[in-house]
Amino acid sequence: MTISDSRPDAGDRAAARRPSRLFRNLPSKIAMLPLIFTAVVVFLGGTIWTVIYSFTKSGLLPRLSWAGLDQYERLWSSRKWIVSIENLAIYGFFSLIGTLVIGFTLAALLDRKIRGEAVFRSIFLYPFALSFIVTGLVWQWILNPELGLQNVVREMGWTGFSFDPLNNPDIVMFGLLIAGLWQGTGLIMCIMLAGLRGIDEDIWKAARVDGIGTVKTYIRVIIPMMRPVFVTSLVLIGAGIVKLYDLVVAQTSGGPGISSEVPAKYVMTAMFGGQNLGQGFAASTMMLVMVVIILIPWAYLEFGGKKHG
Amino acid sequence: MKLRIKLLSATAICAATTAGAVDLEVMHWWTSGGEANAVAKFAEAWTATGNTWVDGAIAGGGDTARPVMVSRIIGGDPPAAFQFNHGRQAEELIEAGLLLDLTDVAEAEGWADIVNPSSLLDACTVDGRIYCAPVNIHSWQWMWLSNAAYENAGLAVPTTWTEFAESAPALQEAGLTPLAMGGQSWQQNGAFGVMALALAGEEAWLSVNRDKNAETVMGPEYTRVFEAFGAARVFSDGLNVQDWNQATAAVINDTAGAQIMGDWAQGEFAMAGEVAGEDYSCLPGLGEVAILDTGGDAFYFPKQDDPEIEAGQKELAAMLLSPEVQVSFNSAKGSLPVRGDVDLTSVNECTQKGLDLLANGNIVPNGESFLAPDTISQLNDLMTEFWNTPAMTPAEVQEQYSDIIASAE
Repeated sequence: MTISDSRPDAGDRAAARRPSRLFRNLPSKIAMLPLIFTAVVVFLGGTIWTVIYSFTKSGLLPRLSWAGLDQYERLWSSRKWIVSIENLAIYGFFSLIGTLVIGFTLAALLDRKIRGEAVFRSIFLYPFALSFIVTGLVWQWILNPELGLQNVVREMGWTGFSFDPLNNPDIVMFGLLIAGLWQGTGLIMCIMLAGLRGIDEDIWKAARVDGIGTVKTYIRVIIPMMRPVFVTSLVLIGAGIVKLYDLVVAQTSGGPGISSEVPAKYVMTAMFGGQNLGQGFAASTMMLVMVVIILIPWAYLEFGGKKHG
Repeated sequence: MKLRIKLLSATAICAATTAGAVDLEVMHWWTSGGEANAVAKFAEAWTATGNTWVDGAIAGGGDTARPVMVSRIIGGDPPAAFQFNHGRQAEELIEAGLLLDLTDVAEAEGWADIVNPSSLLDACTVDGRIYCAPVNIHSWQWMWLSNAAYENAGLAVPTTWTEFAESAPALQEAGLTPLAMGGQSWQQNGAFGVMALALAGEEAWLSVNRDKNAETVMGPEYTRVFEAFGAARVFSDGLNVQDWNQATAAVINDTAGAQIMGDWAQGEFAMAGEVAGEDYSCLPGLGEVAILDTGGDAFYFPKQDDPEIEAGQKELAAMLLSPEVQVSFNSAKGSLPVRGDVDLTSVNECTQKGLDLLANGNIVPNGESFLAPDTISQLNDLMTEFWNTPAMTPAEVQEQYSDIIASAE
């Protein structure tokens, strides 16, 4: 009897709550429908489609002829793919740290209320207005041993000087990194600068009263306060790392040999150069898996942690 | 009797179509100076028939252009005609029934009799039906040498690969780069293919490329090729270029001794005003085994709903192989005509060598008609890694090469 008593009661409560939740802010939810539709059909649907077709023998055209895990076996036994992953790890690590450190340092320096701040800010942000293809070509010329930096230094008298990262398989990724940092730090600097401007003046006054040094204030007080800004920067940099493609194409086209290949380029070459869609889909599925593996623990810490705190 | 009826009906179709003028969009990736000039010959001839040529050029080469063309065909907005290389690139589009069957045009025009070598038409044929119109012949098997570079170093211009390899250190001592090689992977794999045909011979080459015999890769003929290719790696030190025409430019400027590149490189020498035999020499088959492969370009015609456009497509296909158009186009492009019964207007020493080899039948189909694009791209990756990694041994690469051939379709 107690069960039948409590049931309608629970139903009533749910009925009272549910409509209000679903229909709250109805106009804005209707306005969101196209975006929800796009997200579900285009992003989610496209992703599922890609994963399904990565188990097929699709060549130039998508075909549903199953190949099991063949595409994945071939992918992971390919040296080019392994090299691509290693390169992305190297580039990702140094790009993340480099962009954050340089971006924050530049922002902090500009934040010291120097003269001509607007000029410097424009100069640092300027490379961001260029496409990666242009950046890649410019740095290809600068780093070309016969035309660029090496030649200039040699003509100044240091004939033994040697700096040709793009032609040396061991350090070619750093040649790409230079161009990537040159292009990307400006934007991060601006975001950091905006974050710094959002810090209350009183914090600085309090730090000064307590006799804390400027550098220490930045590291111990300001940076922890800028957590949301850092999260935004991380997402932007991370997306830039995963989709690294055009810079490589413009600067080295994967060379010398296969020493500067990256996963996105592997996908493109397999799909359109080799007319092997299945292989390209398998590679892009692996890219998704890698992103998810990194993203889930982070999202859990970031958003899951907040609820507890 | 049957044939006559077929011929008559086909001619009737052709005659009927000349009446109505149509706009045909033609997509291709010929955008460099000489290439654009050659395409203009097609457009002129087509406009002269009262029709309109809508030029759909895509810059950036075949790898950029092919996905654009394919996506337009699959997306339901196909061009009237598009360029692909001879070979297996369009195989799947044909199987999917997206391309127009040109068999009636081919029969009416007698392509089977005039197209030389016949392997070009075979590459267009699937299940006995013809789906493309070949327009030119290009072959890979050439080495281009700078006469002045050897003169400056006090050496005789080599006439074989062996001589070239022997004289390379002396050329290096004179401060020159013996072998100009661009950084893109297709160039390195292409050069390897040329060396394979020249050093291992036709039989072994066909066994590997046509029959996909992985054991031949491990055999003594191919071992010699891998070793020669491995030894040639040091010959390109000191020249850091990406594109093939930059490497050709090094030969033209006499800073490099030689380049292994297809006959399209001759267009660069002509543009620079160099004369074959005086300023540069050419060695078909590296001076070892003079056999040319016969690759090139062909036009395909996607199926359309409009019967008027379809008639126009067939008319265009017939025109591309007509004698006048073959001469004007190939003279501008620097390639060889696909029909044996026409003479080019201006022929230099090197082109004549090519024509003679073609006439004597010293030819093989090109590698792309045997190997799927997927296999070629795997070989590109392997050979470019080999070329740029001094630590890789020929034996190691030989093994991997045979694995790829064994798994090729």
